[in-house]
Amino acid sequence: MKVSFGVRVLSMLSALTPGLAFAEWNLNFTPASTLLGAEIQAVHDLVMWIIVVISIVVFGAMFWSILKHRKSVGHKAANFHENTTIEIIWTVIPIVILVAMAFPATRLLLATRDSSASDITIKATGYQWRWGYEYLDEGVKFYSTLATPRSQIDGVTEKTSTYLLEVDNPVVVPVGKKIRILTTANDVIHSWAVPGLAVKQDAIPGFIRDIAFKAETVGTYRGQCSELCGKEHGFMPIVVEVVSEEDYQSWIQAKLTVAGAPSFDPNKSYSVTELVAAGEQVYNANCVACHQAGGVGMPPTFPAIKGGKIATGSIQGHLDIILNGSAKNPMMAAWGPILSDMDLAAVIAYQRNGINSTGDFLQPADIAAARSE
Amino acid sequence: MEAAHDHNHDHHEPTGIMRYVTTTNHKDIGSMYLWFSFMMFLVGGVMALVIRAELFQPGLQVVEPEFFNQMTTLHGLIMVFGAIMPAFVGFANWQIPMMIGAPDMAFPRMNNWSFWLLPPAGILLMGSLLAPGGAGGVGWTMYAPLTIQQGMGMDMMIFAIHILGMSSIMGSINIITTILNMRAPGMTMMKMPLFVWTWLITAYLLVASMPVLAGAVTMTLTDRHFGTHFFNAAGGGDPVLYQHIFWFFGHPEVYIIAIPAFGVISEVIPTFSRKPLFGYASMVYATGSIAILSFLVWAHHMYTVGMPVEAQLYYMFATMLIAIPTGVKVFNWVATMWKGSMSFETPMLFAQGFLFLFTIGGFTGIVLAVTPIDIQLHDTYYVVAHFHYVMVAGALFAAFAGVYYWLPKWIGKMYDERLGKIHFWLSLTFFNVTFFVQHFLGLAGMPRRIPDYALQFADWNMVSSIGAFGFGLSQVFFLYVLLKAIRSGEKAPEMPWEGATTLEWTHLPTPAPYHSFETPPDLRS
Repeated sequence: MKVSFGVRVLSMLSALTPGLAFAEWNLNFTPASTLLGAEIQAVHDLVMWIIVVISIVVFGAMFWSILKHRKSVGHKAANFHENTTIEIIWTVIPIVILVAMAFPATRLLLATRDSSASDITIKATGYQWRWGYEYLDEGVKFYSTLATPRSQIDGVTEKTSTYLLEVDNPVVVPVGKKIRILTTANDVIHSWAVPGLAVKQDAIPGFIRDIAFKAETVGTYRGQCSELCGKEHGFMPIVVEVVSEEDYQSWIQAKLTVAGAPSFDPNKSYSVTELVAAGEQVYNANCVACHQAGGVGMPPTFPAIKGGKIATGSIQGHLDIILNGSAKNPMMAAWGPILSDMDLAAVIAYQRNGINSTGDFLQPADIAAARSE
Repeated sequence: MEAAHDHNHDHHEPTGIMRYVTTTNHKDIGSMYLWFSFMMFLVGGVMALVIRAELFQPGLQVVEPEFFNQMTTLHGLIMVFGAIMPAFVGFANWQIPMMIGAPDMAFPRMNNWSFWLLPPAGILLMGSLLAPGGAGGVGWTMYAPLTIQQGMGMDMMIFAIHILGMSSIMGSINIITTILNMRAPGMTMMKMPLFVWTWLITAYLLVASMPVLAGAVTMTLTDRHFGTHFFNAAGGGDPVLYQHIFWFFGHPEVYIIAIPAFGVISEVIPTFSRKPLFGYASMVYATGSIAILSFLVWAHHMYTVGMPVEAQLYYMFATMLIAIPTGVKVFNWVATMWKGSMSFETPMLFAQGFLFLFTIGGFTGIVLAVTPIDIQLHDTYYVVAHFHYVMVAGALFAAFAGVYYWLPKWIGKMYDERLGKIHFWLSLTFFNVTFFVQHFLGLAGMPRRIPDYALQFADWNMVSSIGAFGFGLSQVFFLYVLLKAIRSGEKAPEMPWEGATTLEWTHLPTPAPYHSFETPPDLRS
């Protein structure tokens, strides 16, 4: 009753709200693409049916006595207050039910924790706030960052169907292969979770954990970080594209080619205009969540870049804090391992000449030199 | 019945505000606990509404993500430590001496201090919002190493928890000593009202578990400021160690909140069924078993940290065991109602609401006990729904039942029955609109503690937010019902509930005098 009333109220309201064009009244699990996921959902259904039967008995007795054993219908109170037989019965029956549930649960748990004999091993590293992936045998490495533009989050532009569940670089895996994910983290605890693949594993700094899945169908599976990891916890999704073996091989080749040939010329001298234009993109993808549009920041945790003493001070100091992170403020991550020389040169140029106007900037070659020091 | 002596004028006690600052009277202190917890309940409730307002629609509309995290954190801490726990200590203060025939609590001055520690702790918790960088945005579980990154608001929260822990431990020692030493002649342990039994067991849980929490937050504090590395892998520590310590406290904490609620319900249901509690002895044993088991299942909150599969199996089996004593309690309550002569005044309505919804919370607990299913639902809204069924429809509804039940004894006036019933039906309806739909969100995979969400979660979130605002307004209405009863309630009859059998109803006038049972009643017969 309540739901159908809610549905009516909501359908009226949703007509007024543009964001709900893709809304769904989901009542159950996301359909699983793995056999284990399907089994987990089957055991869940079994447990739910046991619960339905128990509720019919317990709530049946409760509502029967509410209706029949009330003073207003003239029912006189009995005076019994114990019955050893029935008390033993209603202790033993739950034990039997629980033992019956424990068997499928145990079998299933042992199966889900088996990550041996995997075909592909991928290391997933949680960062505040993106995922880094490394295909250990293939040598492919990349970062995966939320692709939803800030304007959709702020409601300036219309939200698309994959709102908050889209990334720039998805994980690509072949169908029908057992994939082992090693999880770890760089800063705080994150959790690598994809409901459609029935996996969730915390990523713990300083430790490696693992989990495995084998997708049976080609498709795109979307998940989110599932352990509170700070401010942008809700904005670091996980996207796994399950493709055919051939598509997977060509994707690996393409990734290796890109990695071998950087998209910038490390020895070229770029103009400040080129660097600022590129740097704005880098800033909006990586810095804007904390330092905000236009570099106004959110003091004191996230200092302003506009007029800030780092972005207007010595350019070497500026480079150092971006490359290595801040010793004083743990919220400022080290971007050296994440961004390329070009990206770093560009974002420094943007912060100094786009947001501020110091006039000085660095070339990718300067960054490379600073890295090798 | 004893004659109603008002001893106030004999003692020249301070009046006005000083009466409450210096009081050692269990009734004054009980009232202060209850009012404090109600104020904190409203504060925590406003924070919940900030959360639900932001989640009304996808996108960021109302607050920034950082402030959102601070709201979820403070909402949890304030509701658990500021609202629900002090509310039941308030009940304990008022009721335990009257129910066992004692004149007051065993340590009246310590009782005063236990209460007066609470306001500074509450101020520290709320004041942390004003610290540079705001309160800690870490969730009420305060997992390391996220806590390392927070500003000084985090330190204020840690100190608040230390103070609240001291208050709880002292309150518990007082309760244990009172129950063990101050029962009237003839009030044997197995004749004690079940509410007294549940508090005795809860007090032991508190004494055993609060120091563990104090240890966990102290280690967080030294990691933050004094260069230790308890939870830092780079220094040889382990972030998961924090979770083990926290949940070794945290799981008993669930029962610290639930068990006194069981006690209130075990008083209300027999009274309004006009029939003795079914299976008194098995209720006592079931409560004791739950308390012991609560120390053996903590890591079922941590199935996704990657512990060995053998440990996951152990925690799954141990967790399933809890269903047995909990089931016994539910069956006993239903059997108490069975063939009774029930009437449905407001306390009984809330007790029935408790019974129905707490049982649903127990059912989802069985779902979550199964490790592979729990891993799917871990850190989703399914868990949020599950524990609000246990904490709100469980503990809070029991507290409402207790307030309506004992209010005539406390103030000598009746609440408005019609308004009380309206409060019940509003609470019941809006509670389910808010939280039942969160099961669906969790099954569909919506993570907890996110300020913005994907579009497929939009519909149920909107329903849930509408329910939350309705539930919040219903509690403002409760304040009105209370104030109306206090200011202009009808005079309560000597025995407002014909089925009540405990000492405060049978041996004391209504309202209870300021000092009751100065000579203990003789119950040997």
